[in-house]
Amino acid sequence: MRVEMFTFLLAGLICLGGALGVVLFRNTVHNALSLVATLFGVAVLFIAQEAYFLAAVQVIVYAGAIVILFLFVIMLLGVDRADQMGVDPIVGQRTAAVVFGVAILGLSLVALLSGPEVVTGTPATTAALSSDIPDVNQIGEALFTDYVFAFEITAVLLTIAVVGAVVLARRSDGPVIDEDEFDGTALDALALEEPSDVGDPDQDTADGADPGSGADETDPDDLEEASR
Amino acid sequence: MLAQVEVSLTPTWYLVLAAMIFAIGAVGLLIRRNPLVMFMCVELMLNAVTLTFVSFSRALDDVGGQVFVFFVLVVAAAEVVVGLALVVAIMRRRQGADADDLSLMRG
Repeated sequence: MRVEMFTFLLAGLICLGGALGVVLFRNTVHNALSLVATLFGVAVLFIAQEAYFLAAVQVIVYAGAIVILFLFVIMLLGVDRADQMGVDPIVGQRTAAVVFGVAILGLSLVALLSGPEVVTGTPATTAALSSDIPDVNQIGEALFTDYVFAFEITAVLLTIAVVGAVVLARRSDGPVIDEDEFDGTALDALALEEPSDVGDPDQDTADGADPGSGADETDPDDLEEASR
Repeated sequence: MLAQVEVSLTPTWYLVLAAMIFAIGAVGLLIRRNPLVMFMCVELMLNAVTLTFVSFSRALDDVGGQVFVFFVLVVAAAEVVVGLALVVAIMRRRQGADADDLSLMRG
């Protein structure tokens, strides 16, 4: 029990430190790395509670895929500059947010710690966790029997998400919507991918006059043309 | 000293920790302006909820909680994919990425 308590305290400290880092660090890359610390701590707590499969999935999916995706977007768009924490767009909004957070935490703690018996509810009779069978087998059996319809819906959701992401992130050939606010800063982000094309006006007209050329090559120039 | 006091690790400890992570994530979602950091705070809140699910799954001896965590993971992945694609699309069209700059639908 002492080992378990030590593990919990250490992993909990890592979780809380990472969570605070996500909120408080100014640099977006530091935020993403703090998020990794929290996810790792949660994975350790999963292992401490004998949810081995979920701990593995947590590390693979969250730390291995989601955070890497965050870092890709940060590097791709060059948005790793500091957040403007000084300005307060709505007066008193930050104060209200902190009060809201403390209220949520207080309510949760009161609800958790007031009664003598916290975990209420009847133990399961149908899908009990047994220590004899590995948890992968139990989760798999429940997933493909009781929850098979939800599982199918999940497949549909993932397909829709992938298609939506491709459609959203695809470059369109149409004019820029926010022309009035477009001063070419975003073009610098695009220029990272094709440094030689941007900033060459002669190349612009040549590409713009040729609609048959590939969209990938002409698109940054089209954007710049539309902004004029 | 720990042996004398003999503090037992009940599920309440895990639930309190999850509540703390959730509150930190909620505050961060409200006070930060960068959409990427706001997404990270949403991930924090989702992780707090999954920790709660696993704690209850173990306390109540029910595998359903762990199955639900699996679904939460899938939905979180889909959410991040679509959200980051939105951020990329927005950053392509305009210079600012702060949540306050996105006033296109304001009347």
